[in-house]
Amino acid sequence: MPHRTFIWFILPSLTAMILFIALPIGSVFVQSLHIEHPQVLRVVESCGPFGCTQDTVVDVEATRALREAQPLGRFNGFGSYLDRNHLAVNEIGAFWTRADSWAEFTRLAMTLPFWRALAFTLTFTFVVTPLVIGLGLAIALAVNALPRAFRGATIFVSLLPMIVTPLIGSLILFWMVDSRGVLGATLQWLLDDPNLSLKASPTLTWVMLIVYGVWSSAPFAFIVFYAGLQTVPDETLEAAMMDGASRWERVRYVVIPHLMPLAVFVTLMQLMDNFRVFEPIVGFQAQANATSLSYNIFNYLRGDAAQFGAAATTSMLTILGVAVLLAPVLVRTWRDFNRKRA
Amino acid sequence: MKHWKLTLCASVLALAAAPAVADCGIASGNVSILGNDFPALQAVVAGAQTCAGGGVTVTANLTRDHRDLQVAALTANPAQYSVAVVANGSIVPLINAGLLRPLDDLVEKHGADLQPSQLVRIGGQVMAVAFMANAQHLFYRADLLEAVGLSTPTTHEEVLAAAAAIRDAGLMEHPVVLVSGAGWNLAQEFVNLYLGYGGSFFEAGSAAPAINNEAGIATLEMLKALTEFSNPDFLTFDSNSAQALWESGNAALAMMWGSRGGAILDDEGSTPEVVQATVLAGAPTVGGGGRPATTLWWDGFTIAANTSDADAEASFVAMMRGISPEVVAANAAAAVWLSPAYEPTPASAGVIASAQGGAAPYPMLPYMGLMHTALGDNLAAFLQGTASAAETLETIEAAYITAARAQGFLN
Repeated sequence: MPHRTFIWFILPSLTAMILFIALPIGSVFVQSLHIEHPQVLRVVESCGPFGCTQDTVVDVEATRALREAQPLGRFNGFGSYLDRNHLAVNEIGAFWTRADSWAEFTRLAMTLPFWRALAFTLTFTFVVTPLVIGLGLAIALAVNALPRAFRGATIFVSLLPMIVTPLIGSLILFWMVDSRGVLGATLQWLLDDPNLSLKASPTLTWVMLIVYGVWSSAPFAFIVFYAGLQTVPDETLEAAMMDGASRWERVRYVVIPHLMPLAVFVTLMQLMDNFRVFEPIVGFQAQANATSLSYNIFNYLRGDAAQFGAAATTSMLTILGVAVLLAPVLVRTWRDFNRKRA
Repeated sequence: MKHWKLTLCASVLALAAAPAVADCGIASGNVSILGNDFPALQAVVAGAQTCAGGGVTVTANLTRDHRDLQVAALTANPAQYSVAVVANGSIVPLINAGLLRPLDDLVEKHGADLQPSQLVRIGGQVMAVAFMANAQHLFYRADLLEAVGLSTPTTHEEVLAAAAAIRDAGLMEHPVVLVSGAGWNLAQEFVNLYLGYGGSFFEAGSAAPAINNEAGIATLEMLKALTEFSNPDFLTFDSNSAQALWESGNAALAMMWGSRGGAILDDEGSTPEVVQATVLAGAPTVGGGGRPATTLWWDGFTIAANTSDADAEASFVAMMRGISPEVVAANAAAAVWLSPAYEPTPASAGVIASAQGGAAPYPMLPYMGLMHTALGDNLAAFLQGTASAAETLETIEAAYITAARAQGFLN
């Protein structure tokens, strides 16, 4: 395709991408370099149903004047990236000298919001993604081996976890694993421990969130692999059977290589999806035990004082994280592409 | 004949429209209300909606997420809502941003029925009209306390002793319920106890934090002692789950919001045995302190600054209708109303006892919200045993300082 034609061909999508992706990210980046103006405070008497007190209030006029002069706020450079809410350089340094063991250092670092969230986000991503791919493939192979008459109904049931809205799905499970819920009470009975609570222990909360993540995402991998299985060439499979390949060997040496491009696609999607894990944390009310980068952004933006600077900084770090995570897969795809072209 | 019919139609229409105009005395205007969602506020809004008709429209959005909406909604010009129903905690961000209309002129014109104590004045100007009071206080099961031979606990130490006695007697494994969900609710428990110990959150006259002290450590220890008698899921409890635990008979001693009292004492959602044995009492003191370990809250209405004078007046009049003596009398059990027409009911006993005991109002400082958030994000580590009390307080102060710097309260 000549370059001119190519430019005209992609112009509409390029414009849309600049307008809806590049510009917003640029604006978030600019926001992350700024913090609020100093608040001008004054003391006034405030009275209400419970008596009068001397209270500090924000001098609205003076603060508004500052804000109108510089609507973005005070320029803070990369200060927000280094502060305690994000990379926490100083705190990490102090903890390093204070801690006498790795365990102690980790425990201290887990009080820092960014590192705490990153620890869970990465664990979730790297545990859920392979499990989803493995389980998705297993379900697809199993469904593919069913007699045709049962397949439709089985596929529908297998897709249900994906059809349920994540927040609703996690709320339903939340009540089931409650210590008075059907799953929670059964576990207590099975393990003979009346104080067992899936919601109280950090480890069990992580396990619960990961199980939920696999449960809700496996159908996606399943349906992609199932579609792929329909295109596995019969001749190759028959040839393998002639050569005396067992069922496992046929899967290992014919089906899996055939599905490899799909596996790369599913990995890419799952890495992105799992890195921005959010709904289960809200649904399971798990913020005491597990937070993610997306949850931190949400937390900064709600409540009485929205902290736009902190939210913007966490957003930029999340984008950076996704880029680092996807780089190996993208590099691999790029190499394959070049090899095929050569 | 035709003429007669027409006259009849006209007079029927006039009659239908007349009560609204005659009752509220406003001819036109748009009233839209944003507020929290609980029974007392639903009653107020229903009262205000009786003013609708003719040229007056009254709409309302009552939601638990009102705090997340209010600043953005009132910043718009014209504001998305003409009325924001707030509490002493949630009025602060609106005041900080200058989004509220001073009400002095409207109070003078339409507020003859208000008591002076209902007017919330900040720097001399009336910024809100308070109509109800709320506080977290003690709910207890008289039958269970009687079974272990104890009377009403008046200190948190007695609450612990009662909980231990109930557990030891084998009556209940987890007798205590707090609204202790990680986040805002858990932070509120800390605020209540810390003020009960006589602590103050900031250094005098500054936004610098001052919670890393003996009162802070005592507060954490007490919180931990109480939660050890709680259901192990306590870090996920909000007011709804606490109420559900209580109504299902799975709790004997609870600190819950007074505004839940009406719903707990009604004949829905629970068994008669639980309801009859439930007693509402003032918040206990703690650590030998003189004042009940709770904070007093008022709920009141404010009017958006970015609203036309006509709509502001219509809104004020409609809200006055919403808190009129008739509404208060018809919903006496729903809240502790700040109205001369209010006759206290059993559901209000705890709030009134706490207020009479001299409980502190929730601090109305511009940076208190940041402190509350820092507390909510970091208290759970201590209760789970992964951090010591001193470390936790240090973490909370560090988190607060970071936020306060970014928001311009500290340098």
